[in-house]
Amino acid sequence: MDEKGKQLVQHIAEMQEEDAVKLAREMLDAGYDPVRLLGHCREAMEFVGKRYEEGEYFLPELMLAGEMLKAIGDMAKPLIKQDTSGGTTAGTVVIGTVEGDLHDIGKNIVTFMLEINGFKVVDLGIDVPISNFVDSIKQHKPQVVGLSGFLTLAFDAMKKTVEAIQKAGLRDNIKIMIGGGQVDETVKNYTGADAFGLNAMDAVSLCKRWVPA
Amino acid sequence: MSMGRAVSSGADLYEERQKRLIDAIELRVPDRLPTILFSHFWVARYCGMTCRQAMYDYESLAAAMRKAVLDLEPDAFQPVHASVAFGPTMDILDYKQLEWPGHKGLAEDVGFQYLDAPYMRAEEYDDYILDPTGFMLHTYMPRVAGALEPLSQLPQYPGVLHTRIIQSMETYARPEVRRALEVLIRAGEEMQKMRAVQSRAVQDLKDLGFPVASYGTSHAPFDVAADYLRGSKGAMLDLFRNKDKLLNLMDRLAILIPRAGIEAVKAAGGNMIFIPLHWGLDGFMSPKQFTTFFWPPFRTVLLTLIEAGIYPHVLWEGDCTSRLDVIKDVPPGKCIYFFERTDMFKAKQALRGTVCIRGNVPASMLIAGSPDEVRDHCKKLFEVVGDGGGFILDAGVGVPDEARPENVLAMYQFAKQCVY
Repeated sequence: MDEKGKQLVQHIAEMQEEDAVKLAREMLDAGYDPVRLLGHCREAMEFVGKRYEEGEYFLPELMLAGEMLKAIGDMAKPLIKQDTSGGTTAGTVVIGTVEGDLHDIGKNIVTFMLEINGFKVVDLGIDVPISNFVDSIKQHKPQVVGLSGFLTLAFDAMKKTVEAIQKAGLRDNIKIMIGGGQVDETVKNYTGADAFGLNAMDAVSLCKRWVPA
Repeated sequence: MSMGRAVSSGADLYEERQKRLIDAIELRVPDRLPTILFSHFWVARYCGMTCRQAMYDYESLAAAMRKAVLDLEPDAFQPVHASVAFGPTMDILDYKQLEWPGHKGLAEDVGFQYLDAPYMRAEEYDDYILDPTGFMLHTYMPRVAGALEPLSQLPQYPGVLHTRIIQSMETYARPEVRRALEVLIRAGEEMQKMRAVQSRAVQDLKDLGFPVASYGTSHAPFDVAADYLRGSKGAMLDLFRNKDKLLNLMDRLAILIPRAGIEAVKAAGGNMIFIPLHWGLDGFMSPKQFTTFFWPPFRTVLLTLIEAGIYPHVLWEGDCTSRLDVIKDVPPGKCIYFFERTDMFKAKQALRGTVCIRGNVPASMLIAGSPDEVRDHCKKLFEVVGDGGGFILDAGVGVPDEARPENVLAMYQFAKQCVY
C-alpha cells in the first residue's frame, strides 16, 4: 500500500477523525482512485472491528468509525464511475427491532459489525411489523434473521415474529438470532429462536458459524 | 389478612419493615431477607388495567398499587404514580420526549418509551455551560413540550435589571406567552391532582405498615448528557469531538443534579432516592472512558446525596461486573446497588462490607419461567448474596410489565422464609 493509503488507515483506526477526513479529501482532490480509497477505509474498519472484538474499542469508537466512513464515503462515492456493488458477500442477514420497540442502538451496532465482516445486511428499522420480516425474507432470501429488542415487551413480539416466519414456510431455511438488553437462554426458548447474543461480537460469530465462508 | 390489621399494628409493622430494610442497607444482619416492590406497569396489569389506563386513571392505579402491596407484602415499595401516571399532564404540555400507550398510534397496552434525540445540539454546549437554567427555560422546555414553545421569548434576566425588570413584564402579556403560562398552570393543577391521589395512597399503605423505598429520582451526569441533552449518538461522538465541553458540562450537573434530588426527597419527608443508570454498563464505554466520564461526576452526586442523609438506590442497568472494583469506592453502609445482569456473586465479593446489594431475579424468568425456578433462584441469591446481610431481594429492573403473577408471588413469598 502507498504511504498516503497507510496513513489514512492509521488515522481511521486511531480515531483521528479530523485528520482522516482531511487526508481523504486531499487524496481525492489530487486524483486518488476513489475505489482504492474506499478499500483503505474497509481495511481500517477491519482494524476497528478487531479492536472492538479484543475489548480495546467500545461503542463510542464504533460510532465514530461509522461517522468517518460515512463522511469519506459521501466524498468518494460520487467520483466512482463503475458499479462496484457486485462484489461477493459472506451472506445476507435481515435485521430489525421487533414490533412495539423503538430502540435502535444495539441493532445499528450489530449491523455495522456484520457489514465490516462482509455480510449484506437488510436493516428494516425499528418497530417492524411482523409481515415486514416475512416479506423481506421472501424478497432477500437471507441465511440469518436478527430480531432485536430492548424492552421486555419484545419477548412476545419476537415469539410472534418467529411463529409467523414458521407459518409462512420460511423457517427451515434460515437461522434466527435474537439480541437485546434482557435476552437470555430462557427468552431464546420462549421465542423459538435458534440463538441469542448479548453483543455485536456474538452476532458476528453466530452468523459466521451459520454461514460458512 | 392484612386488611384487618389495626392502625397500631400497622405502625409496629412499619417499624419492623423499616428496621429490616435499614439493617440491610447499613450492612447489619436483618431478621430476614428484605424485599422491595418496584414496577412500572405490572401492578396495573396485575389488576386488569391497561398501560393507558395506568397513565390516566389515578384512582384505579392507587387501588392497584394497594392490592399489589397487600398481596405481596414487600418490606418497602416505590410509589407507582411517580413512574407512570402522567398521561393527562403530557397531553396538556404536548410532550415530545415520550411515545406512550394510545398516543400517536402506539397500542393501549404497551409501556411508554423514551425518544432518543439530540435535544441539545453540539454547538449549544457553550450556551448550556454559561447558563444552564436559562438554556433549560429558553431552549430545552420549548423543544420537549410543544405548548411551551413561547417560553423562548422570556427575558434574558441576567442582562435585564432594575427598571428593565419592571418593563420586562410586558413579555408575559403577549398572547402566545400568556397561552404558555396558562398551560403551565393547567399542567400544574393536573399534576397536583395526581400528587394528591398518590399521597393519599402512599399514606394509606404507610399506615398499613409499608415503608416507601423512593421519595424521588436522581441521575448520573453522563446519563443526563447522553439521554436527555445530546442523545446517545451525540454523546458518544462527544467523547472525541467535544471532550472538554462535555466534562465541563458534567461538572455543573454534578452540583445541580443532587440539589434537585435533595429538594424533592426533603419535601416528601423521606430519606431514599432512586437513581436509574443507563450508560455505566460493561461494553458501552471502555474502562478508561468509564473512569474519565462516568464515574467521577456520578460519585460526586452520590457523596452529596449521602452527605444530606439520603440513601441512594442506584439501579445499575445491564451487566456492570467489570465496573465493580471502581464503583466500590463509596462510604460503607450508605448506598444500595441495584443490579440487573451483573454477576451477583462477584458483586458480593467486591462489595461485601461496603454496599448493600439489591436485585436481581431476571425479567425473563419472571415472564417465561415457573414459580419453582423463581424460588430456586431466590434461594441461591439468599445463600450467597444474602450471606451476612447487606442484600435486598428484587427483580432485575423491578417487576417487568409482562411478569406472570404466580412467579412474582413466589418471589415475595419465598423471601419471608429466608430467615437469618
